[in-house]
Amino acid sequence: MFELFGKHKQIEADIDEFLDHIVEGGLLFKKGVKFYLDGRKDEFEDRLADLRHLEKNADNLRRRIETNLYTKTLIPEFRGDVLGLLEHSDGVLNQIADTLLEFSVEQPETLEDLNKLKYELAKNAIKASEFMVKAIRAYFRDLATVRDQIKQVNFLREETNRIAEKYKRDVYSRDLRLSHKMHLRYFAVSIENIADDAEDLCDRLAIATIKRYI
Amino acid sequence: MEWLYLASGLFLGISLGANDAANVFGTAVGSRMVRFHTAALIATVFVILGAVFSGGGTTETLGQLGAVNALAGSFTVAFTAGLSVAMMTRSKLPVSTSQAVVGAILGWNFFTGSPTDYNKLAEIVATWFFSPILAGLFAVALYLLAKRFLGTARIHMLRLDAWTRVGLIVVGAFGAYSLGANNIANVMGMFVFANPFDDLVIGGLFGFSGTQQLFLLGSAAIGVGIFAYSHRVMATVGSEIFKLTPLLALIVVLAKSLVLFVFASQGLERLLLSAGLPTLPLVPVSSSQAIIGAILGVALVKGRSNINWSVIGRIVIGWVVTPVIAALMCYVALFFVQNVFEQEVVASVVTM
Repeated sequence: MFELFGKHKQIEADIDEFLDHIVEGGLLFKKGVKFYLDGRKDEFEDRLADLRHLEKNADNLRRRIETNLYTKTLIPEFRGDVLGLLEHSDGVLNQIADTLLEFSVEQPETLEDLNKLKYELAKNAIKASEFMVKAIRAYFRDLATVRDQIKQVNFLREETNRIAEKYKRDVYSRDLRLSHKMHLRYFAVSIENIADDAEDLCDRLAIATIKRYI
Repeated sequence: MEWLYLASGLFLGISLGANDAANVFGTAVGSRMVRFHTAALIATVFVILGAVFSGGGTTETLGQLGAVNALAGSFTVAFTAGLSVAMMTRSKLPVSTSQAVVGAILGWNFFTGSPTDYNKLAEIVATWFFSPILAGLFAVALYLLAKRFLGTARIHMLRLDAWTRVGLIVVGAFGAYSLGANNIANVMGMFVFANPFDDLVIGGLFGFSGTQQLFLLGSAAIGVGIFAYSHRVMATVGSEIFKLTPLLALIVVLAKSLVLFVFASQGLERLLLSAGLPTLPLVPVSSSQAIIGAILGVALVKGRSNINWSVIGRIVIGWVVTPVIAALMCYVALFFVQNVFEQEVVASVVTM
């Protein structure tokens, strides 16, 4: 019996650690974008390296959780939902890391007067991913609050879309090269996708939560 | 020869083990929450404990309905009850061993001219209707309690999974104990008045009555049925018929086990009597019908309107048809056993 509770506790800790990685990844992304916009390239690259390392760890952790859930035949009726949620949330972390990597590779020419708006965009998208993590944690522990967290994610996704639209309109209203405009739009879309992915996951989560009610 | 007569009871025991253990551990094994060998071992040990230590009450009730007092008679009663269960199962009607045994005992009463206690019969028939309803009520109460508790307890899903596994094993053990206590009368009850075992005293300390030895043999047969045949039935119950989550299975099995327990426990009867409360009759009841009652209870309280009422209709048909077929078959078989094989099917005039 002690062994039974022991292995459950280990996976419980692994899931918590995995979700911590997503939150930490979001914080690194925010810092990285801030440093990029401020022109602090070295510190930006440090954050990117940390984020890529974190993403790799999260991948390994997710695989370990999945293997353990299957080999130890735990939570048989919810296993499919949990694995789906973990894979999708890993996808959100990948989107965060890929977006920051694109900054490093493509070095977009930012517009100084729009930097504040761009940072606002990044902050909102990451906030959506943070509430997504809270919703997932609630799914495991406190079903009654899942709905509240999902509502926050929906709101933040809309807010992110609104800021992204504003940013894109502003960029396209300026006298810039079309390639430059498209490049900046591409980065806005990439950041926007973080919030969209978080909301997609929450749609799945809402269904999975209904299934968990006895 | 007298040992050979017990074979029909052992056959009933094996079929009971194969089918009824699935009601206790089906979902747990089918959903792989509990390994089959763990479930089979726990079920066997607790069926034996329930039968040997608490099987007396229901057996006494069957004895009051008809005291089959010759081994050839007991053999025929058990054999025809088993045969009618097999026939009903082939025609896909939900069938209860308890009802087949009662029918076969009535057949023996009619053939031998032994008197039938109709009040006792009415009491037994009433429990057939009452036990699924009681199981449904227990299941509703347990479901509402669990829902309330889980709504506020904030237990992590994985920890809840671990507790559910422990619960399935504990409730499964209780279910197996109740099954042994309640249903051993179906397997060996008809042999009690023609018991070939003598009372034993082990080491001058522990008494082991002939009836207990009979019940040990019967429950061992149930154990053989569990280990040899119940695996496939458990897989079917767990994955195809009920589609219960392990947590709901825990509630349903506990409700069913409580019903079997209250209809078998002499301790509870004494407790109620001492408190001046009315008692429940100690009657072998159908665990399959009790579990269907429990599932219906949960389905109704969850607001499910897609209940298959034709299944309920088939159960009611089974209630009527099973004892009638068993009684007729027993009557005809006793005629052959007595007149063709020249075996004694009744020892003397049975006094009630």
